[in-house]
Amino acid sequence: MTNWLITKNNSKVNLLDIPTLEMSQLRSEIISQEKRPVGFFGKDWGFGTTRLFVILADDDNGELLISSAMFSAEQKSYESLTQDVPSFHIFEREFYEQFGIEPLNHPWLKPVRQNQDKYEFFEMKGDEVHQVAVGPIHAGVIEPGHFRFMCNGETVYHLEIMLGYQHRGVEDMMVKQPSNQLAESICGDSVIAYNTVYSQIMELLKDIEISPKAQLIRKAALEMERAAIQIGDMGAVAGDIAYAMGSAVFGVTRTLVINTMLEWSGSRFGRGLINVGGVNFDISEDEIKLTLKTLDKVAKDVDRMAKTMLKNSSVMSRLEKTGTVSLEKAKEIGLVGMAAKTSGIPLDTRFDYPDKWMKELNFEKKPFKGVGDVNSRFKLRYKEVKESLSMVRKILAKLKDYEKEPVLVNSNKELSKDSLAISIVEGWRGEVVHIAMTDGNGNLSRYKIKDPSFNNWYGLALAVRNNGISDFPLCNKSFNLSYSGNDL
Amino acid sequence: MIVKFLNIIILLFMPFIMMGLIKKTKTFWAGKKGPSVFQPLYDFIRLLKKEFVISKTTSVVFRIAPVINFSAILFAAMFVPLAYGSALINVSAGLIIFAYTLSLGKFMSLLSAMDTGSSFEGMGTSREACFTTIVEPAFFITIASIMALSGNYTFDSLSMLLSNAGTYGVLITLFASVILFIMILVEASRVPVDDPATHLELTMIHEVMILDNSGLDLALFSWANSIKMLLISSLIANMLIPTSLSEWVSILLYLLVMVLVSLLIGTIESGMARIRMSHVFEFIFIMSSLALVVLSLIVARMFGG
Repeated sequence: MTNWLITKNNSKVNLLDIPTLEMSQLRSEIISQEKRPVGFFGKDWGFGTTRLFVILADDDNGELLISSAMFSAEQKSYESLTQDVPSFHIFEREFYEQFGIEPLNHPWLKPVRQNQDKYEFFEMKGDEVHQVAVGPIHAGVIEPGHFRFMCNGETVYHLEIMLGYQHRGVEDMMVKQPSNQLAESICGDSVIAYNTVYSQIMELLKDIEISPKAQLIRKAALEMERAAIQIGDMGAVAGDIAYAMGSAVFGVTRTLVINTMLEWSGSRFGRGLINVGGVNFDISEDEIKLTLKTLDKVAKDVDRMAKTMLKNSSVMSRLEKTGTVSLEKAKEIGLVGMAAKTSGIPLDTRFDYPDKWMKELNFEKKPFKGVGDVNSRFKLRYKEVKESLSMVRKILAKLKDYEKEPVLVNSNKELSKDSLAISIVEGWRGEVVHIAMTDGNGNLSRYKIKDPSFNNWYGLALAVRNNGISDFPLCNKSFNLSYSGNDL
Repeated sequence: MIVKFLNIIILLFMPFIMMGLIKKTKTFWAGKKGPSVFQPLYDFIRLLKKEFVISKTTSVVFRIAPVINFSAILFAAMFVPLAYGSALINVSAGLIIFAYTLSLGKFMSLLSAMDTGSSFEGMGTSREACFTTIVEPAFFITIASIMALSGNYTFDSLSMLLSNAGTYGVLITLFASVILFIMILVEASRVPVDDPATHLELTMIHEVMILDNSGLDLALFSWANSIKMLLISSLIANMLIPTSLSEWVSILLYLLVMVLVSLLIGTIESGMARIRMSHVFEFIFIMSSLALVVLSLIVARMFGG
């Protein structure tokens, strides 16, 4: 196995230890491994050469496989992987867009974030066929994205999604001026997940060990974020099908959760809570009591409302069999996180790549039976809310053992030289992957971010096929993918 | 004279109150305080003060449609008995004129939506046209057969139904009220047929058709739409309220029916999700099947034992 460097989640490796193969050899290695990609990105290696890094996830064994290939200045193409492993399609498109190295025979080399105007959309022809273009500017306060539907009457045959209107060059910014403030602003609904993963990367590169108390607070905040967003999205699904009561009740309960975050950190979304070296705010005894009381009420309200909704036949007729992504399709295109779970892939990096707390606190992966429709996604959210709330309770109880500990350690240290650090955190939407590299002077030289939405947007496109166009908003809301996390 | 005048006041202003009451009911069920019941009226006044924004792709159709639609509905209102007494213009072909002036209004609003050339509005138009086509026969069968039963081909026959037709009258009133209530949900674009509160163009029906209208035009469209709701509710009220009562009691009862209809719409909107677009037809077809029930009851009454 000298072709791959095997490592764990939250680890740092020396760049010199990463094997460099010929692209053709790497290609056949990737195909024979049959593992899921979490990183497939280039780095400028000087003198016009480009080094392609590939990180595969072995979810069964909780391991990460790293390898790389070098492209000389003349070598501007390679045989695409997508032909054999379709889940690489978006990674190869991104690599092509960032480094201009063309994956030959790629079936759909569409722009990811740039040059949207130059792309020609698929078109269906016929007397009864019509196209509906929506966005990039939408009604309501949502982010920009362009959706083009090819419809026959009310039925959608094909949906093409064009994104990238929020492209800000986050990866470059992270290299030049990395900060917690920047990290938590990348994707506004996953503040805790993004800030945790960034802080872990920096702590790895700086060889900092944070206190157990800080780890627990981060973990509790992550679950609070999960609960809050999932409740909010349950309300949004209710709102989309005009079920006013659900929308109102979930809206109120979500506010309770985020207001608890406000108590903890001074921000409803937990901005400013997490810092490199630990967390900025301790949670006092009184806050724990208040939190537990609030969470009891939240759990009760969510339970009652969700049960009422799932019993309501008019609600069920909207949710069931709408926007289905089959297990085969989900595997083929490489869905991750929530979307994968609902289609029946039991992927959850919290449990697949566990830290010491998962064992100590007895957190176990509970199975979820989903069929990939909106109903499954609604039910999964309900399940995750319940689980997250009980996890928060356990974590807060554990916190009492570490009462006297500091929550923040000094982080004023140099970064390790010539290193690659990788960290994966399961945000509410799925795995948030950050990878950072340093050069020989101990400066950041590359920062790569992968949001779960990057994998999952294509899942939405498949979900709406053969559904009514008026069900699209419902499907969209049931995934609730991120534009800013994808566009970077 | 005062009563006639009062009828007109009710016709023009009660729709705003009904809209406000629906909103209030919805907020009540959601556990919120909600805006005042007069908010739709304030919104209307606010719209009157706004200027027009008119899309460059539209033609004169888009400009005249709101006015024609509004006047058509006001004209139709003259053929329907409101709070008390007969219709302002009480003729025996009233039903036909009523239905087809309403259709004229609808026709103009469909044209104006198509005139914008927007793909959303095209979809809204096709949905609205489709639903109207199913509603119309059911409405005709119901009202025309009730008229046939009384032999009086004016809308006055509705108020005679309960007193003249005995048990059959009660049954017919019941079914006809359900039919007309569903018609309100369709025509006034309420849940479960349409969602007046949504911002999602792809799911809209009526709202999407007036997406490009602004200022006075928008105000007229929404006013006309709520008047239509009042007119159909008036038909229900006419069947339920006996003719023998004094005018003030009748007017109070009439207002009560309007309030009840609003509360019922609000409650349905709170406790029920919107029907999937492809299943809306099945819901509207309930009207047609109930209309056939009414027809057979009337046949039984007229020719049976």
